[in-house]
Amino acid sequence: MSDRFRLCPTTGLKVHAQADALIKANAVVATVALLIGGISAVLVMLTRWQAIHLLPADWFYRLLTVHGMNMLIFFILFFEMAVLYFASAVLLNSRVAAPKIAWSAFVLMVAGTGLVEWTMFTGRADVLFTSYVPLRAHPAFYLGVILFAVGALLVVTIFFATLVVAKREKTYQGSVPLVTFGAATAAIIAVITLGHGAAIYIPTFLWSLDLMHVDAQVYRLVWWGLGHSSQQINVAAMVSVWYLLGGLTVGAVVLNEKISRSAFVLYVLFISMASAHHLLVDPGMGAAWKVWNTSYAMYLAVLASMVHGFTVPAGMELGQRLRGYTKGLFEWLRKAPWGDPGFSALVFSVIIFGFVGGITGVTFGTEQINIIAHNTLRIPGHFHATVVGGTALAFMGVTYYVIPLIFRKRIAFWPLARIQPYLFAGGMLVFSVAMTFAGTFGVPRRHWDISFQQAPFEVQYAPAVDLVIGVMALGGLVAAVGGGIYILVTVWSVFFGQPMEKGARA
Amino acid sequence: MHTGLESPTGVWWKPAHRAEKLWVAIAFGWCMVLFAMMPLWHWKGGQNPTGIRHRVTAEAFAQRTQEFIDTYRVGEDAGIPVVEPPPGSDIYLVGAMWSWRPVLRLRQGVQYTLHLSSVDVNHGFNLYPINVNFQVVPGYDYGLRVTPTEAGEFQIVCNEFCGIGHHLMVGKVIVLPAEQTAAVTGGAP
Repeated sequence: MSDRFRLCPTTGLKVHAQADALIKANAVVATVALLIGGISAVLVMLTRWQAIHLLPADWFYRLLTVHGMNMLIFFILFFEMAVLYFASAVLLNSRVAAPKIAWSAFVLMVAGTGLVEWTMFTGRADVLFTSYVPLRAHPAFYLGVILFAVGALLVVTIFFATLVVAKREKTYQGSVPLVTFGAATAAIIAVITLGHGAAIYIPTFLWSLDLMHVDAQVYRLVWWGLGHSSQQINVAAMVSVWYLLGGLTVGAVVLNEKISRSAFVLYVLFISMASAHHLLVDPGMGAAWKVWNTSYAMYLAVLASMVHGFTVPAGMELGQRLRGYTKGLFEWLRKAPWGDPGFSALVFSVIIFGFVGGITGVTFGTEQINIIAHNTLRIPGHFHATVVGGTALAFMGVTYYVIPLIFRKRIAFWPLARIQPYLFAGGMLVFSVAMTFAGTFGVPRRHWDISFQQAPFEVQYAPAVDLVIGVMALGGLVAAVGGGIYILVTVWSVFFGQPMEKGARA
Repeated sequence: MHTGLESPTGVWWKPAHRAEKLWVAIAFGWCMVLFAMMPLWHWKGGQNPTGIRHRVTAEAFAQRTQEFIDTYRVGEDAGIPVVEPPPGSDIYLVGAMWSWRPVLRLRQGVQYTLHLSSVDVNHGFNLYPINVNFQVVPGYDYGLRVTPTEAGEFQIVCNEFCGIGHHLMVGKVIVLPAEQTAAVTGGAP
């Protein structure tokens, strides 16, 4: 592939052919992972809904592993790789540094993904997403994760190299845009995350070959340095996408660069210690360690999200007011482009992430509440609001701009695309809240049969639990329809869609 | 005024608008309240996850639990030994794929030191129906000071995935009312 550039007719940005191709490749693999993760999500959910109880126990745990790995690792990280190429090369009008290494990184990540999928689907890695040692998977599972992580680390390096190239070749004036700055913090957190990943998966790989010992508590400590920090890559990338979508949909302005950028820096400084809140009811750590890491460190990262939760909507309001929607307090909101799936996805992403995901997450970070929340359905209830209702929804919203701008295709089934964020956000909101409620009754997460038919002692949850789980399943099904529409629209647009002409998106 | 997609030129380190400053101040203040609550509640609150922590090998913990069972055994329930330890003593509960041993018979209103560990993989201690949760990690003896405040039967549900039989892993705790004497407690309930 050559070093050609094309001029984007809509945004006026110069797009490097390599950046174009890399974004496409990563986005396509991300969508495949989303499809696999989505199908397993529906099957897992129809099993937890005791009225249906679809899968046998072995396939339930297998597909729960598949769901976690595909959604939290493959879908989201491939998408973030695309975001990194976009935020560096495209937004800065630059070429991609070292395209050959970029492609080898992509191959490594795909190879790692392939290995992990193979071990999971053949029943060689029924260890769930967290793969807590000494639960044992086939060595190829850990090797696959390592290959994937090395590939991701290479992409992050290329992102930083591209920033240097752009600066040196003077492809932009002044400082990098806020979206690129946010992506850079995501990339820095990715380095921290992948460092923890190497520190735990390499010993675990050796352990799986019987070459060394790995302590179960040390595994949990270091693994959460990966597991939680990786969710902070998502947060930083999602907030960057919020600013991006705000700019694209309503011309949202940056209120104050200093405030927004400082908030991003807070994520970098404080987030990896916040991983400690996963270990609040663990035996290995003392009170001082737990309190310090989950209060001081975590709340300053929370502060960053509180700041973005103000500046993003306020920037949107100001953008709309500058466009002339100045009547009263809320004309800017009433006259907002609610039919643009990019806009509705942005609004729901901010609301679900902040009000459902954020608040539940912060409360779990205290010792006493953690005692009543740990490993109950409150935990997945929380992170489906942050990662799915927040991050995945924002990524879906930005796809409706990636398809016309990068793939240069018109969006197929536009009427379906317009309602997609409403279905997905509405379904996910009900799903997360219902799941959280079920958790308050003590219902465990990651459990095949909460009717305990074959257990030695009887456990009978309050009848309300059946109702709440039923509501959860209905919300999940609506969200799954939304997710299905997303995949249909994107795949159809990209592979069978009409080429774009003159900026008309749909 | 520019969007987040555009490169700001010149010096962008400028004073923020009043509204933005106010919000940052409120958010920071609230974070400090939370920050203060965390240690405060640790000292003032009655229920903390902090216990006595020891490393222990699976063999040693299994042996200690077996001695505990042999000493205080009063019966059997669903194939699992029932023990009634003296009030205020150290009590042991071991998680193993896929059971909790033994069944504990305790006294209301008396403090015990509950030692939790696993002899194989991670397990999750969840007390039904009052919903109290602890991580049970192999290699670590988690000693928690517990005082049963309610009489009745409680189940221990494993809530950390521990393999294919995870859903079978349910244990039991019986709490006898404070007024009941030791004489009436012979045999399984």
